[in-house]
Amino acid sequence: MSTFENDKVTKMELVCPAGNLPALKIAVDNGADAVYMGFKDDTNARHFAGLNFNEKRSVQAIEYAHQRGCKVYLAINTYPQASGWDRWKNAVDLAAKLEVDALIAADIGVLDYASSKYSNLRLHLSVQGSATNSESINFYHENFAVRRVVLPRVLSLKQVSNVAATSPVPLEVFGFGSLCVMVEGRCLLSSYATGQSPNTFGACSPASAVEWQETDRGLQTRLNNILIDSYKENEPAAYPTLCKGRFEVTGNTYYAIEEPTSLNTIELLPELQKMGIAAIKIEGRQRSPAYVNQVSKVWREALDACNNDSGHYKVKNEWLQTLHQVSEGRTTTLGAYHRPWQ
Amino acid sequence: MNINTLKLSLGPVQYYWSRQTIFDFYKQIANTKIDIVYLGETVCSKRKLMRRDDWLEVAELLKTSGKEVVLSSMNLIEANSELIAIKSLCENTDYTIEANDLSAVQLLKDRDFVTGPSVNIYNPATLKMLANHGLKRWVLPVELSKASLADMQLERPAGVETEVIVYGRLPLAYSARCFTARSHNLPKDDCQYRCLDDPDGLMLSTQENEKFLVLNGIQTQSAKTSNLILDLDELHQLNVDVLRISPASRHTEKIIDLFYKTLHESYPAKSANAELQKLMPAGGSCNGYWHGANGMDWQESTEEVLCQETH
Repeated sequence: MSTFENDKVTKMELVCPAGNLPALKIAVDNGADAVYMGFKDDTNARHFAGLNFNEKRSVQAIEYAHQRGCKVYLAINTYPQASGWDRWKNAVDLAAKLEVDALIAADIGVLDYASSKYSNLRLHLSVQGSATNSESINFYHENFAVRRVVLPRVLSLKQVSNVAATSPVPLEVFGFGSLCVMVEGRCLLSSYATGQSPNTFGACSPASAVEWQETDRGLQTRLNNILIDSYKENEPAAYPTLCKGRFEVTGNTYYAIEEPTSLNTIELLPELQKMGIAAIKIEGRQRSPAYVNQVSKVWREALDACNNDSGHYKVKNEWLQTLHQVSEGRTTTLGAYHRPWQ
Repeated sequence: MNINTLKLSLGPVQYYWSRQTIFDFYKQIANTKIDIVYLGETVCSKRKLMRRDDWLEVAELLKTSGKEVVLSSMNLIEANSELIAIKSLCENTDYTIEANDLSAVQLLKDRDFVTGPSVNIYNPATLKMLANHGLKRWVLPVELSKASLADMQLERPAGVETEVIVYGRLPLAYSARCFTARSHNLPKDDCQYRCLDDPDGLMLSTQENEKFLVLNGIQTQSAKTSNLILDLDELHQLNVDVLRISPASRHTEKIIDLFYKTLHESYPAKSANAELQKLMPAGGSCNGYWHGANGMDWQESTEEVLCQETH
C-alpha cells in the first residue's frame, strides 16, 4: 500500500477515473497519482451497464496500479436502504480485503460500519456526502476519522478557500468533467422523474429511461417520457441529463437550470495549490478509455507545471483544445468557482 | 378514520414572502389545529425581511397558542457568514432546532434536535448513529418509500419520533446558482429579490407545456403537490408520529383542517382528497415516492382501486 506522507500536502495529487481495466491502465501509465473505481453494482454512483469491477478485475487493477506506485480509491458512495444493507456491508468488507488505499463513502451508516470494523481502512468523504462547510466536515472527521473530503461543486473559489483554511482534514476538489449544478447527495430530480437517483441507484437520468425520437419537428430527447429537449436539423443533440434540458419559464424557452457544458478549472490550479488543496479529481468513470487518455495527459502536464513552479504557471492553448473536444457541448465553465456563474 | 395519536406539523415556509405576509400567515396558523410549527428561512440567506427577533416574536405567538415550535436551519451552508449565523442560532435558543445540514447536527451535538428532509437518513444504522448524537425526531427523506420506512420503523431507536411529509410541493434539489435570478437574466449577487414576486415559486414547464418543476431561488421543487391524504391508514399502521404539511401561499389553514378532520373526525379521505385537488397550486397531485415509484407518479390507494373494480 502506498503512503500518504502523514497527510501533509506538498504536491497536489491527480485523481483519475477508472470505469474499467483499460481506462485504469491508461490513467496509471499517464501518471495519475491515484485512480478511483467502483464495484459492479449500485453501491457506487456510476452504476452503469458494462462498467466497473468484479472482485477478480479489482485484484488485477489494484496490482497493476500498486506495482507502478499509483494509489487506488474505491467508491462505495451511494445511500443504502435497509433491504440492500448487506450489499453495501459486503462491498466494504471486500474493499478492506483488497487493501485499497482509501474508501470513498457518503452514507453515515456505511462510514460508521467501515470505521468501527476496519480501523486501518483510510476513509475519504465522497462528494455525495454533501459537506460544504467546516462544521459538516468536523462531523465526519470526529465520528469516523475521515482523512480527506471531496467538496461538492457548489462553492465559489473564496468559499473553497475558507473551507480549506478551517477544515481539520485536506480537501479534494473537482478539476474537470461533467458538472453537477445541484449540491451532490441531495439532488432528487432524477428519482422524481424516473424513480432512480444517484443516492438510491447510483445513476442520474439513467439510460434505461432515455428515448431519442425522430419526429417531424426534429429530434426529441425524453426521460421517462418527459420531454427534456428538442433539436432543429443539424443542431448537435446532448444526452438528456435532466438539469441540462431546455424548458419554458415565464414564456421563455432556454436552459433554465444549466447548459450542456463541462467543468474545467485548469486556470485555477495555482490558486487551489496556494489554499493547500490536496488533490484534483477528474470526473468521468462512465467515459471511454480514450477520454481518460486525453484528459489525464493534459492534467498531468498541468499539475506538474503548477507543482514545480506555480509562479510561472500558464495554461497552454493545446490543453484547452484537447479538453474542449471531450467536453459536453464542446464548452467548459468554471461553474460555481466563478461567482457570476451563480 | 379516527387516528388521535398522529400529530400534524407545518414545515417551514420555503418561499420568500414579505414580513407582513409572514406575520399575517402565522396569526392564522395560530388558530388552526396544527400541533407543531417549524419556523425560519431555510432556502436562501439573502432573504432577510424577517430578522431573528421577528421569528422569535412569531414563535412566542405560536407557543402561547399551544403549539410546539421548532426553529429550522438552512439547507445549504456555503459562506462563512452562513456558518456564523447557524452557530448563533444553535447556541442562542431554548427552542428545539431542525437541522437541515450536517453542520447543524455537529453544532447541536448532545442536545435534542430534529432532522429535516434534506439530512440523508436512508437506513437504520444512520438513524441509530444520529440517535446517539441527540436526534429526537427525523423527517423521512423525500425519495424514500413506505417499504423502506417500514424497515426503518422496525429498528427505530427508543425515544425517536418519525415524521413524514404528507402534503406540499417537494424540495428536490439545492444549488449555488439562483434559478429565479437566472430566469430574469440577473446574477445572484444582484438578484433584486425577484423571488418575492413568486409566492409559490416559478413554474418550469417542458416544451410540451407539461408542468414539471418549480424554481424557488436556489431550490428546485416538484411542480406537483405531494399528497398522501389517501394513505393515512398506512402511515398510522407504520407508527408514524407526525405528519408534515408544507405551506403554500393560499389555503394552508383549510388544508390543515382537512387533514385534521380526516384524522380525528372520521371525515372520508376520498372527500378530503377531492377538496384538496381544488385548493392546491397548479400541477396536480403526486404520491409516487410513497408507493416506491417515480416521485411524480400519482397512484390511487389500493382500497379505492378495489372499489372501482367491484362496481
